[in-house]
This record gives sequence, structure tokens and C-alpha cells, in this order.
Amino acid sequence: MADTREGLEAFGDVLAVIAAALFALVGGIWFFGSNDPAMSFHGLLMMLASAAAGIYVMTVAFREKAAIAIGNYEPPEGYFDGPIKVTVVAAVIWGIAGFLVGVLLALQLAYPALNFDLPWISFGRLRPLHTSAVIFAFGGNVLIGTSFYVVQRTCHARLAGRWSPWFVVWGYQLFIAIAGTGYLLGITQAKEYAEPEWYADLFLTIIWVTYLLVFLGTIWRRKEPHIYVANWFYLAFIVPIAMLPLVTTAALPVSSPSPSSVILWSGVQDAMTQWWYGHNAVGFFLTAGFLGIMYYFIPKRVERPVYSYRLSIVHFWTLIFIYIWAGPHHLHYTALPDWAQTLGMTFSIMLWMPSWGGMINGLMTLSGAWDKLRTDAVVRLLVVSVAFYGMSTFEGPLMSIKAVNSLSHYTDWTIGHVHSGALGWVAMVSFGAIYCLVPWLWNRKGLYSMRLVEWHFWISTLGILLYITAMWVSGITQGLMWRAYDSLGFLQYSFIETVEAMHPYYVIRAIGGILFLSGALIMAYNVWRTIRGDEPVDIAEQPRVAAAPGLRLQPAE
Amino acid sequence: MKHEVFEKNSIILLVGILIVVSIGGLFQIAPLFWVDSTIEKVQGMRPYTPLEQAGRDVYVREGCYNCHSQMVRTLRDEVERYGHYSLAAESMYDHPFQWGSKRTGPDLARVGGKYSDQWHVEHMNNPRAVVPESIMPSYPWLLTRRLDPETVEARLKTLRKVGVPYSDEMIANVRTDLAAQINPDSRPARDLLKRYPKARVAKFDGQQGVPPTEMDALVAYLQILGQLVDFATFDAAGPNLR
Repeated sequence: MADTREGLEAFGDVLAVIAAALFALVGGIWFFGSNDPAMSFHGLLMMLASAAAGIYVMTVAFREKAAIAIGNYEPPEGYFDGPIKVTVVAAVIWGIAGFLVGVLLALQLAYPALNFDLPWISFGRLRPLHTSAVIFAFGGNVLIGTSFYVVQRTCHARLAGRWSPWFVVWGYQLFIAIAGTGYLLGITQAKEYAEPEWYADLFLTIIWVTYLLVFLGTIWRRKEPHIYVANWFYLAFIVPIAMLPLVTTAALPVSSPSPSSVILWSGVQDAMTQWWYGHNAVGFFLTAGFLGIMYYFIPKRVERPVYSYRLSIVHFWTLIFIYIWAGPHHLHYTALPDWAQTLGMTFSIMLWMPSWGGMINGLMTLSGAWDKLRTDAVVRLLVVSVAFYGMSTFEGPLMSIKAVNSLSHYTDWTIGHVHSGALGWVAMVSFGAIYCLVPWLWNRKGLYSMRLVEWHFWISTLGILLYITAMWVSGITQGLMWRAYDSLGFLQYSFIETVEAMHPYYVIRAIGGILFLSGALIMAYNVWRTIRGDEPVDIAEQPRVAAAPGLRLQPAE
Repeated sequence: MKHEVFEKNSIILLVGILIVVSIGGLFQIAPLFWVDSTIEKVQGMRPYTPLEQAGRDVYVREGCYNCHSQMVRTLRDEVERYGHYSLAAESMYDHPFQWGSKRTGPDLARVGGKYSDQWHVEHMNNPRAVVPESIMPSYPWLLTRRLDPETVEARLKTLRKVGVPYSDEMIANVRTDLAAQINPDSRPARDLLKRYPKARVAKFDGQQGVPPTEMDALVAYLQILGQLVDFATFDAAGPNLR
């Protein structure tokens, strides 16, 4: 038995080294073959990373072989948490980077001199860097990490694969580095939220399929007959996110190896495909995946069961069925045929119900434990995130109504809406999950400081409120100014007058962003002190679930 | 309630998810490829000239779509501010589309011909030189960067492969056409105009005796936006009505 297992592991090692060699070869082709310096640079990154990975795998393999020879080899047992630790640290780092770029962008809109006349940091190139950094680098790491954590705990099974989980997390960081530096160097497909060029897309596809297989493989090892609800949502995030970008960014490379490509679709079809993808990046990446987090971390943290099993079934299936139809609400009154616009609006309004089904299920899980909102700042982060989820999933259907959309579209109202979802829901629930995970993963008695979590919570909440109220006012103001007529029947304002009117709100928005960034820096400090193993300063104020499972005191009788 | 089937079998759950999330896209995207009325029948649409397409690539690279839409909606104030509402036909050769999603700056679907070439060059070089309240970044590097004819040629060939109707003649003359468009009153320019009616031929960036720059290309692109469809022959209530 032990022989087979060791044999399998050796086989895995060989496969991992071969994979690393293949990736190094691909990197070499990009590096030596491309006449574009940016793509060569990406090839170099790929080569170095693959070589390092291959060498690491070989070192580990030989060390184990030596250990087996002298008979003191201990095969890995229990949960496989190393890759999760990488994603938690990466999420904190990328999060801060993404928020920082966001603050810079906000300031550039208020003070254009901050573009510094440099191509690499001009607004048009930085904005995709910001959106991708926060959605895919920060959010993606949180999703991959929490899904690996949750699937193991709810299936009572070790993560499938020996090297694949490592490939998923490190490959994903490399993808982020390639995509992000590409944006700054002007390499883009110009498809919002899916800007990386074809070669980065291909690499991501391989990572994503591996991710799906690791996740499924762990479910297949489960010792529980039922697949827990959080895993349905994670699966409903991983599968559509494999499908959506493949369609929307289907492209023909201009020549190989050239970094640029031509999207297969054009005009109206391309627009529809883009927003089918774009809205479902929201629906499946930023909603379904994070609902998976909600369904595990809220019940765990408040030590109560999920409010309603029936509601979770109903809202799961309706949510994923309806979301996919909502895209055309980004294209109201455009050259997209009316029937498609109307379908998009109808389904967007219907989407309100399953969204609130999820919100109710999350919030009501606190039944009988509402006092924890007062005593545990991590619970507060989680619960307020669900409240923001409820608010933005009401605002979304409202904005999808054509009459409202005619005012709100193209204005900052959309930006505010996105940020109430992204900062309020996605980031807050992620912060909550990170604060849970760090002591659990690094086996600590609690967080370094709960009071710093309080500070983080209040500073971030204040920042979000400043941000979204500023954008509501600026968006509605600009929308009204665009359509204002004077008493003689002429348009009252030139476009530039409406730009000028935005200045104070852009300054307020930047201040909100700075506050939010400051909160994240406080988190980084707290996480770092916790990981380092510093004694918690306020352990008495922390609930018993703050500690790693093995260090928890049993509740008093 | 037999939800157990999904909860106990990951493959059935996975296939269930795939089916449920595929339906919407099939209903909304697929018909756009075969319902004829999706794209109006208009006169005047043609592929971009090599210089215009190169300008479009600059537009994409610099992320202009992050702040400028190219889509005049069917709303009274927009039609009065920008011009005739945009038709699907006007972007049918646009890979990728650039309808945009935000108007930090104005819509550009019909910006062609509204300003002089010189205004555009000044504006790109330093927006606040011509519009003091502007918050647009400056793009001074466009004036010094030369276009690479090989890249432009490869781009047009690839566009043809995905369905943009470039003729053999157009593809054969990419390099001469690229240079001809900044060389007014020349023979190659007259040939260019035969291949690409309504193209604007001018020394866009004002630099004498210099091969085409990215500024030439971007201004040529901006100047053709909204210029191609012949609205004199377009009848919204006629056969184009969908």
C-alpha cells in the first residue's frame, strides 16, 4: 500500500517537472521568438518561474527519496493548507496594490497633472490595472484560498493533488504579473474586465481547468454524502468563469508570436458578448463565489446553522439561471436590438429576488446570535458585507430599468454602484474571511489585535460611505446636466461644464478611497503580527472561534 | 424534494450548473448572428484605411474607451448634442467594439470633422492648452512614435481573416496607403481615395517629411468617426426598420 502511494507521488513529481519544462519552453518561445519587448519580458518571467518551480519540485522529490531510503519519511497527512496561506498573503498584498492604484486614479480625475505625461501610468492604462487587481488579484486569491479551505473542511478530505494546488496558486500569481505589467505596457484586448491578451488568456485557461479539477477531485474524496451549499456556489463560480472569458475574448493572434490579437466578434455582437461576460463576471465571480464564502464563514463564525436549507436551494438555482440574462442592461438605448434590451431589463429586475434570498439567508443565520454584532468586529465585517450586498442588489435592478438607466448610464452613478458592491460586499466579506483564516491557518490563539479590526471596520465603512454618496451625487448631477434644456429649448450645458461640476465629488471620492486603503493597511499590519506569532493584545475580547480549531477552549457548561 | 441528486453527485451538479447558465446566452447572443435586421442595411460603410486602423489600435492601447463612449443613444438630448443616434452598422467592422461604458469625456461616435486636425494634435499633446477645464491625460509621446508598417499590415490581414471585407488590392497596398494618407494631392493618395472613399488625406500631425506617427494615425481615426454612413439615403422607417 505504502509502495503504491510512494509510486504515485513519484509519478506526480515527474509530471510536475515535465509540466515545468513545457512552461519554460513556452516562455522561451515568447522570449526568443517575439519581436515585441513586452512579450519577451513576459516570456522571461515565464521561463524563470517555471525553472524555479521545476528545480523546487526536484529538490523536494530527492529529499523525500533520501528520507524514504533511511526509513523516516512521513507522508503528508491532514489538510493541505500551504497553498491557502499563499493566497491569503497574496490577497492582502494585491488588495493594497489595487486599492492604491484606485486612489491614484481617483486623484488623477481630480488633478489631471498626476498622469505625469507618462504612458505607463496614464488613466487609460491604469484603470484596467485597478479593476483587474481588485477583482481578479485580490478577489481571485480570496476565492481560490477560501474555496480550498472550505472544500477540505466540508468534505473532510485532503485537497486533491500534490503539486496541482501549488500550480494553481503560483500560476495564478504569475498570470496576474503578466496581465498587470501587460496593461502598463499597452498590451490589451480592450474587453472590459477581460483585458489580458491571448497568451495570458491561454495560460489562465490551463490554471483554471487545473483549479476545477483540484476542487472536484477534493469533492470526490469526500467522507460526507452531501456536498455542502458553499461548494455549490464555488462550483457555480469556477465553471461559468471557465466558460465566459473563453467566448468573450475568443481571438485570432495577429501573428505568432505577437502579443496582439483580433477579437472574432465585431460591433453589436461583440458588445452583447462583452456585457454577457461583463455582467456575469459580477454574477459568478463577485457574487456566486463570495456567497460561497458567506455560506461557510458566517455560520462558522457565529456558530449557528445556515438559516434555511430550502431557501439556499431556491436562491442558488434561480440566481445562476437569471444572472446570465442580465447583460443587455449595459446596452440600453444603444444599437443593440430592442428585444434584447427588454429581456435584459426584465431578468435584471427578477434578479432582485434571488439576490435578496441570499442576503436573507446570510443575515438570518445570526438568529439568536445578534449580540455578536456588538462583540465581534469580524462578525460585523461579515454581516455588514451582506447588508451592502442587499443594498447593491436592489440598486442594480433599479438602474437596469430603462428609464432610470437613461439617466444613470455613462455617469459616476454606475461607478458608485460598482463600488458599493465591490468595497461594501466583496471586500468586506473578504476581510472577514481573512481575519477568520489567519489564526486558523497559522495555528494562533487569536488575531494579534481585535481593536485594530474595529478600527479597520469603521475606517473602511466611513470610506465606502464617502465614496458612494459622492458618486451618487456626481452621477445624478451629471446625468441631469446632460439632459437639461434652457428656456429657449437649447441644451443648457456644454459637456465640459458637466466635467467641471464633478471636481468636488472626485475629491471626496479620493478621500473615501484613501480611508479604505488605510483600513486595508491596518489589516495588513494586524495579519503580519498574527502570522509572526505575536501574543494577542486583547485575547479576552476575542470569541473562542477566533482561535485555531485545535486551540479552542470548550464552551463552559 | 429530490435535490439530493445534485447534492450527492458532483457531476450531475456540475452539468446542472452548466445547463442553467448556458440558456441565457444562447437566447440573447446566438440570434444576433442570424437575425437579419440586427444590422441595418446602409450605404457608405467601408473598412478602415491602414492609417485609421493603426489609429484605432492606438486608441485601444491607450484605453480611451475607459472614458469615452462611441455610442449615441436614441435619446433627444444625445441626438442634439452628438448627432444622429448610432447604428449597429456603423461598428460592424469594429474588432473589438468600442461603444464604451463611461463618459468621463464626451461621446466620440461622431467626433469626425467637428474639430480641425491641428486642434486634435494640440489637444492630445496637452488637453488643457485648448480646453482649460479638461481632466484628460496628455499624450505627448504620440508625436514621436513612428508606425510600424509591418504591424499594420499584419493587423489588416488578420482582420480580413475574421471577416472584415478588405479586398486583395487593399491588402496588397497597405504600406503605400499608409504613407499616402499623410501625403495630400499625390497620386498614391488618389488611389487610396478610390479604395477608401471619404478618407481624409492630410498632414495630420503637421510634421513635414516625417513618416506617419501614432499622432497621424489617431487623428485620422478620430476624423473618420461617424463620417461613413450616408444618412441622406438612410431611412429608419424604411426597410432598415427592425
